[in-house]
Amino acid sequence: MTIEADAGSAPVPGLVSRLFAGHLGPITVVVLAIVVIWYAGAVYMNAPRQIEVFNRAQTDWGAADLIEGTLAQDRPILPAPHQILVEMKKTIIDKKITSKRSLVFHAWVTLSSTLLGFVAGAVLGILLAVGIVHVGALEKSLMPWIISSQTIPILAIAPMVVVVLGAIGLKGLVPKAIISAYLCFFPVTIGMVKGLRSPDLLQMDLLRTYSASSWQTFWKLRWPASVPFLFTSLKVAVAISLVGAIVGELPTGAQGGLGARLLAGSYYGQTIQIWSALFTAAALAASLVALVGVIERLAVRAMGGRR
Amino acid sequence: MMPPSMQSDPVSESVAAAANRDRESVVRARDLSLTFETADGPVFALSGVDLEIDRGEFVSFIGPSGCGKTTLLRAIADLEQPTGGTLAVNGVPPREARLNRSYGYVFQAPALYPWRTIERNVTLPLEIMGMSANERRAKAGEYLDLVNLGGFEKKYPWQLSGGMQQRASIARALCFDPDLLLMDEPFGALDEIVRDHLNEQLLRLWAKTQKTVVFVTHSIPEAVFLSTKIVVMSPRPGRIIDVIPTDFPRDRTLDARESPEFLEIAHRVREGLRAGHSYDD
Repeated sequence: MTIEADAGSAPVPGLVSRLFAGHLGPITVVVLAIVVIWYAGAVYMNAPRQIEVFNRAQTDWGAADLIEGTLAQDRPILPAPHQILVEMKKTIIDKKITSKRSLVFHAWVTLSSTLLGFVAGAVLGILLAVGIVHVGALEKSLMPWIISSQTIPILAIAPMVVVVLGAIGLKGLVPKAIISAYLCFFPVTIGMVKGLRSPDLLQMDLLRTYSASSWQTFWKLRWPASVPFLFTSLKVAVAISLVGAIVGELPTGAQGGLGARLLAGSYYGQTIQIWSALFTAAALAASLVALVGVIERLAVRAMGGRR
Repeated sequence: MMPPSMQSDPVSESVAAAANRDRESVVRARDLSLTFETADGPVFALSGVDLEIDRGEFVSFIGPSGCGKTTLLRAIADLEQPTGGTLAVNGVPPREARLNRSYGYVFQAPALYPWRTIERNVTLPLEIMGMSANERRAKAGEYLDLVNLGGFEKKYPWQLSGGMQQRASIARALCFDPDLLLMDEPFGALDEIVRDHLNEQLLRLWAKTQKTVVFVTHSIPEAVFLSTKIVVMSPRPGRIIDVIPTDFPRDRTLDARESPEFLEIAHRVREGLRAGHSYDD
């Protein structure tokens, strides 16, 4: 009888269960939940000002009017998702990308310093890790500095970097890239120190029986063994180097970049503009992480598939 | 294909020279001791070890864990430093022998690099020694055939069974044609059926290549079946308590294990191990 009951309640795997077997179902549910909460929040937070507007105009208003009004303000405290999407469409797709009001233009300004900083930070991080793994003195002398470098708030350092570099004639891209690199070398160093030390004793002994040089040990064993660690830390690094670039744009009064856009938005109370810049930054970070993920998958495939 | 060591014409060598070379000792230890300093005080891994291994022999070290058999093998390979006595490999100190690349070492685990194909794993030592890619490929084919792994060149280690992986690691140890093969419980992690099979293959390989083999094991049948000389060791401190010569024909099969001679030698090994243990109780 239980068999019958089971058969009745679960026929062929339905659309829902198939959807939830992968990522799509769970993600959709979470996104929907966020959107619902967001709309509720937007109505709640924008309501007082909307009521004020209604009262000042001495119009009669009902619940429907209130909701409609709160979701259509020019400068809401919390803009509704669709307002942000409309603004993003306007500034990403409709504007020419050369325009100072195009988000694509600003995103490119930020992205260029992100990428420069990421590459510099990753190279620095790898070099530091190689040094630390091979020279005992470097681990003792550098490691405390590397760790304490990350305990200083980047917001405190960023203006100084910009001012000092500005004084020696470096403006625009380079100071921002340096702030990015400052943030993103850290996970690379930590990950790579671990990765370069990941070969086990047996694998090391094997090379010793061939009397391999330390150069050969590095290229034939330590480096390939560290590749999975490298990609894990690069994914973290690329995301925070974007944060670094945006932070680098805040104190400079920069004219371009997502950071400048955020700052301008908050000066003029343009909340919709702030949020759309924020969304663009998040989308940019996600695509950068995904891009590193794709490269990782190609590398893993080239290195034998299963690790 | 025959490995290069077989390609030299045996007739061109005089019988006397060959006999002389045969008597040359590959490993010679005199009063060898090795002590590890640990936080809990010194550990006497080896003590007063005297040992002679001649060219072409198949010598097994057998004993309970902790008896220093692996340490002795690692000392021969210059992976551990003796703290007393003398040790010579091919007539020179172990370090020099290692730099001369005079031995191939097979570890307890295959220790294949997962990002390299089987072919590139086998030719890793050749790569380190600076051989050209074409020569390396030829060698890989030759030695993979020798361990019956022909056709697996392009596979990755995870695509092979444990026994196949260990065979690949044997090919890797042989491919630069060292005259000494050091094996540290190479089949310890494999099941008995695979182990028996590999023992037979190893014996054939040894007969074919004329290498000197030093083999660490804790299996009595394995030691008796494979060896020309069995070195029985005992722990705390690690020392040699018996050296048992055997004289089975080189082309013996697994059936030899049923013969009275085999059982007699196995019995002597077991007696030796038991005598070694009585010191502990």
